[in-house]
Amino acid sequence: MSTVFGVPTQALFGQLLIGLINGSFYAVLSLGLSVIFGLLNIINFAHGAQYMMGAFAAYFLLQWSGLGYWWALLVAPIVVGFFGIVLERTMIRRLYHLDHLYGLLLTFGFALVIQGMFRHQFGSSGLPYAMPAQLAGGRNLGFMFLPNYRAWVIVFSLGLCLGTWYVIERTKLGSYLRAATENPALVQAFGVNVPRMVTLTYGFGVALAGVAGVLAAPIYQVNPLMGADLIIVVFAVVVIGGLGSIMGSIITGFTLGVVEGLTKVFYPEASNTVIFVIMAVVLLFRPTGLFGQDK
Amino acid sequence: MMRKTLIVLAVLLAFAADPAQAQISDGVIKIGVLNDQSGLYADLAGAGSVVAARMAVEDFGAAAKGMKVEIVAADHQNKADVGSAIARQWYDVDKVDLIVDVPNSGVALAVSQITRDKAKAFIVSSAATSDLTGKACSPNTVHWTYDTWALANGTGNAVVKTGGDSWFFITADYAFGHALERDTEAVVLKNGGKVLGKVRHPLSTQDFSSFLLQAQASKAKVIGLANAGGDTTNAIKQGAEFGIVKGGQNFAGLLVFLTDVHALGLEKAQGLLFTETFYWDMNDKTRAFAKRFAERNRGIHPTMIHAGVYAGVSHYLKAVEALKSDDGTKVIAKMKEMPTDDPLFGKGTIRADGRKIHPAYLIEVKKPSESKYAWDYYKIRATIPANEAFRPIDQGDCPLVKK
Repeated sequence: MSTVFGVPTQALFGQLLIGLINGSFYAVLSLGLSVIFGLLNIINFAHGAQYMMGAFAAYFLLQWSGLGYWWALLVAPIVVGFFGIVLERTMIRRLYHLDHLYGLLLTFGFALVIQGMFRHQFGSSGLPYAMPAQLAGGRNLGFMFLPNYRAWVIVFSLGLCLGTWYVIERTKLGSYLRAATENPALVQAFGVNVPRMVTLTYGFGVALAGVAGVLAAPIYQVNPLMGADLIIVVFAVVVIGGLGSIMGSIITGFTLGVVEGLTKVFYPEASNTVIFVIMAVVLLFRPTGLFGQDK
Repeated sequence: MMRKTLIVLAVLLAFAADPAQAQISDGVIKIGVLNDQSGLYADLAGAGSVVAARMAVEDFGAAAKGMKVEIVAADHQNKADVGSAIARQWYDVDKVDLIVDVPNSGVALAVSQITRDKAKAFIVSSAATSDLTGKACSPNTVHWTYDTWALANGTGNAVVKTGGDSWFFITADYAFGHALERDTEAVVLKNGGKVLGKVRHPLSTQDFSSFLLQAQASKAKVIGLANAGGDTTNAIKQGAEFGIVKGGQNFAGLLVFLTDVHALGLEKAQGLLFTETFYWDMNDKTRAFAKRFAERNRGIHPTMIHAGVYAGVSHYLKAVEALKSDDGTKVIAKMKEMPTDDPLFGKGTIRADGRKIHPAYLIEVKKPSESKYAWDYYKIRATIPANEAFRPIDQGDCPLVKK
């Protein structure tokens, strides 16, 4: 068997695939962050908590109303997104005319409160969430055993990312949105309800976090801390990709998943710091991130 | 009203107390429960340990005996610097006499050293590293519930003897994981088994798929999980997804707690083998304790860590009562002198190196069909007698033990 740096090529392919799967979570989450930042200029630190709420929503739907995974995939993001809308209407809205930092602090504090409440109620060891029966099992690809569910995660995330990119960059609605961020007063003058559009955009970004939470529930425990662990990494991904760049966050999300997966083979101890090392290097040479533009 | 009565009672008792009471520094015995209250070890220790310490004080009848006992608690966030700062603050400023629990071996080793410097008392219930009674042993520390040597020998022996002779380790990359991996590897090699590989992951890892893939590729019969809490449950859960057990490999959970099994659910945890020193459903006394404990801890039943905190605090208070002093070094010496006896671990002793000695149990997790009531999770496969459960005193290199 041939090897690359002492690692069998077969194992390497396996790790690449695993990296792509983790990358899909990074991509969906950083996409939500980018949408919110790009269009609202809010650094949404509550994104991790909202991701966790997505997983919990799936859990509650199953426990209380018997709605399984497929319903959860539809309903949970709506519930979490609605929650985001309430948050935007009642709190975030008041901060638009202030510095970015205020939005960051508000959402960060909000995340701490939500996570604290869930942890107090449900403990920290997590709750089990069963995999949908249709996606249980897996197939042997020769070089690795690929669980069907993880394959589904890649496909679904890619679809979601590209769909979002298409709506924002290629449709009329997307062009309204982009115009509204450039010059809200002018767009309003054309009869577009800008405040409502902003609210819905925030709700959509939050819903993306909710979807990622539902996707994560069968893989990880449904855990109050799941968002707190992930959000810092996702922020690094967004910074590397360039804050606000839609395509940037999708591409870096997947790429960094792969880089992290490879680190787990070659030097596992560094696997949770490698992304930050890359972030530092990128910021040295391109302060606006790989795909970012100066504003 | 209740409060007023208590205050009056306390004042009366303070006057009635004999002169020896003056030996208790500032008149209060202060116990600090220091652990992870918010992270991946919060359920297996956390708030439950505070409940256990309170129950120990109440059951001891401290108030009726004229002893004023206070309990404080803090979150060390699994950081040795945070834990050390709290321990110093407690000892120097807040007049804490005893620190208990302290999961995370890195933090516990630091606190043990500080306790020694300040001549206070430290009872470890949840940190696992066997170094606490080995080369890092201290006259001010008692290691109560279990340690990596006991876990490694209990589980390692049983697994190797039933045919699991080739191992791959997935290890948490800090003091605890390293100690557990080292002690288990020694057992595997001693029994003629071999270790095919190991991988070390950062504490609190979400995704184990890369590590599981490496374990799968190693073709080892047994995948030893030298980690704990959320790390263990994540690894086992994702292992099921990657068909590890279906593919003929088995997990050996080297440190698994009742709360981990609860979080996994029996469907995923069934058949898992590991070692514990306490199970709530062993006899009437443990069941009675568990019932009272669960009522005060969101229904969560006690882990062996909670039991260790209860038993450790009980024994500490007995020693303080006998000695009529809360001088840390003297109390720990007295604790070693007195035989231990509590409803949860039964009769036992504390050795010169600080190791508490009691039996250990090899546990197998029940199938969902075998579980009859809530929290009915374990089958006790074997009892490891007290004299075999822990490392012989002359093999730990503890400087307190005279050769």
